Amino acid sequence: MSENSEHHYTEDEIAREVTELETRSATASRIFDLRRIIGGLFVVYGVIVTITGITDSRAAIDKAQGVNINLWTGIGMLALGVFFLVWLKLRPVTVPQRRED
Amino acid sequence: MQTPTYAHTYLAAAGLRLPTNWLDYTILAIYFVVVLGIGFAARRSVKTSLDFFLSGRSLPAWITGLAFISANLAATEILGMAANSAQYGAYTVHWYWIGAIPAMVFLGLVMMPFYYGSKVRSVPEFLLLRFDKAAHLLSSILFAFAAILIAGVNLYALAIVVQALLGWPQWVAIVVAGAFVLAYITLGGLSSAIYNEVLQFFVILAALIPITVLGLRKVGGWGGLTHKLAETHGHNFTTAWGGTGIGSTNPLGANWLTIVLGLGFVLSFGYWTTNFAEVQRALSAKNLSAGQRTPLIAAYPKIFIVFLVMIPGLVAAALVPDIGTSGSGLQYNDAIPYLMQELLPNGVLGIAVTGLLAAFMAGMAANVSSFNTVFTTDIWAKYVVRGREDGYYVRFGRWITVIGVCASVGTAFLASSFSNIMAYLQTLFSFFNVPMFVVFIIGMFWKRASVKSGFWGLLAGTVTAMVNYFVLYKRGIVSIPSDQGANFVSAIAGFVAGAVVMVLVSLFTEPKPAQELQGLVYGTRSPGMSEPPAPGDDAWYRRPALLGWGAVVLAAVCYIPFSF
Repeated sequence: MSENSEHHYTEDEIAREVTELETRSATASRIFDLRRIIGGLFVVYGVIVTITGITDSRAAIDKAQGVNINLWTGIGMLALGVFFLVWLKLRPVTVPQRRED
Repeated sequence: MQTPTYAHTYLAAAGLRLPTNWLDYTILAIYFVVVLGIGFAARRSVKTSLDFFLSGRSLPAWITGLAFISANLAATEILGMAANSAQYGAYTVHWYWIGAIPAMVFLGLVMMPFYYGSKVRSVPEFLLLRFDKAAHLLSSILFAFAAILIAGVNLYALAIVVQALLGWPQWVAIVVAGAFVLAYITLGGLSSAIYNEVLQFFVILAALIPITVLGLRKVGGWGGLTHKLAETHGHNFTTAWGGTGIGSTNPLGANWLTIVLGLGFVLSFGYWTTNFAEVQRALSAKNLSAGQRTPLIAAYPKIFIVFLVMIPGLVAAALVPDIGTSGSGLQYNDAIPYLMQELLPNGVLGIAVTGLLAAFMAGMAANVSSFNTVFTTDIWAKYVVRGREDGYYVRFGRWITVIGVCASVGTAFLASSFSNIMAYLQTLFSFFNVPMFVVFIIGMFWKRASVKSGFWGLLAGTVTAMVNYFVLYKRGIVSIPSDQGANFVSAIAGFVAGAVVMVLVSLFTEPKPAQELQGLVYGTRSPGMSEPPAPGDDAWYRRPALLGWGAVVLAAVCYIPFSF
């Protein structure tokens, strides 16, 4: 724990190490687009919940204070899912050729 | 172990069983499949240790921003803040508008240039550069220890809720949730944790919005709610500042000064600006501008999420005025589960159950993914096995994730054998953050703060906060009306003690040479801070200053209707 122990970390050293790792990093070029997953999941959920809302019994609607909550939530989730898929379509990510390879 | 208390909570739990059916379980199963799928798909992107621990510093701001808010929006927060509202009323807004927004904006505008620009991979690593190995090692160990305990508390809380709502035995819930978190973090590292957090953010909203809307409808809207609560709980229950004058009494046991200083300044800045489970999300952003915008983008949802947890809590208090007492059979924590049971039909019920489980898992995952980073890059790679090739540290990171999850399963079972350990732990963690914050703020703004002062300030702050809580408050030497009030006072005491010790130690020890402080102290610059904005980042709506001040003004405006 003394300052003359053989290794004392400096700012330059850490910066150099991280910069070197950044040049080899694969996240930017290989990671999938999350918008596709959010869009897909919410479209599936939206369809399931909307259909449930359409076929809901009187009892289910009465429980939710007279609101067809499945229908409204389903439509909302569907809209969010579609929003993400449209966004993905309109503004696809251009893979940054960040460094070598 | 079959004590009367146990039997009582078990009965209350059985009373909250949700009428789930195959449809709800299908919705839940789809979610679990997607969670694992993200883990497998993110696996290809892990090539270096920087990919595994920090997503290669390459994620866009909207993703890191939503992950930043999600890491905080764990289920303990959702159920806990609803409970807070059922118990204390509209005071809950303080945890959001004064207790989060200013600190998040400060992190984005003032601190991120130092964090991101110095290229550190963790909060303790910044302390290593600014102070010395002693401060670094102490903060790393405190953080790693706290992260595992919090992850375990999350797991245990999940087990209790799942047992009450779905009827699964506690150990099944602990093992299943632990296994899923283990799988997706070991596979995809931080990217996988962050992607799942963003997904969870939207599922949580889809769960909380229907509960809030239907809850309000049941009590006759906001007008009906405030009218009903004024009759049963008094007018102050639905105001933010009513009864907080110094010397007057209120259920929170805090006055405006302790709220502003203890919660708004010390506790909140400690949590938001130096807790690595949060800061890690901002460090994984793709450039300095995205890093700065991470907490600022998170601030906007944070301002409004309070309504989605406070209103259900208030509605529960209006519907069951004796909630929290043995007469009602409901604890404060049951506010949201109670409304789910009363109001949600199958379908939306499945979404709500999924959202709750997702929030538990995300809360745990945020702690596990920050733990493995600190343990590997700060403890193992610097003090135990140094200088190996990068692939070794990725493999080690995966193994330590396995060990970390197993340890938190262990702490979950440990937590289950103490009745009120959760309350203690919550308090304890606020102790760890506050002294870190003192050391940071002084180290960042005072050039003269010496190399040695970091360690001693950290130690003194931690010890003082603990002594105040466990000795002065718990033994009744100082009288403070509630645990929350005591938290605020401990935080202020820890802050002051840490600051005084740092100043004293600095006066008697050597300062750090000026050339070694570049980019670490306010007023200096490092090469990483002067990177030009990426194309498109200079758009007006992406300016950090505008985003930050906008959030502060919006939070202040939100206070107006709750102030009279």
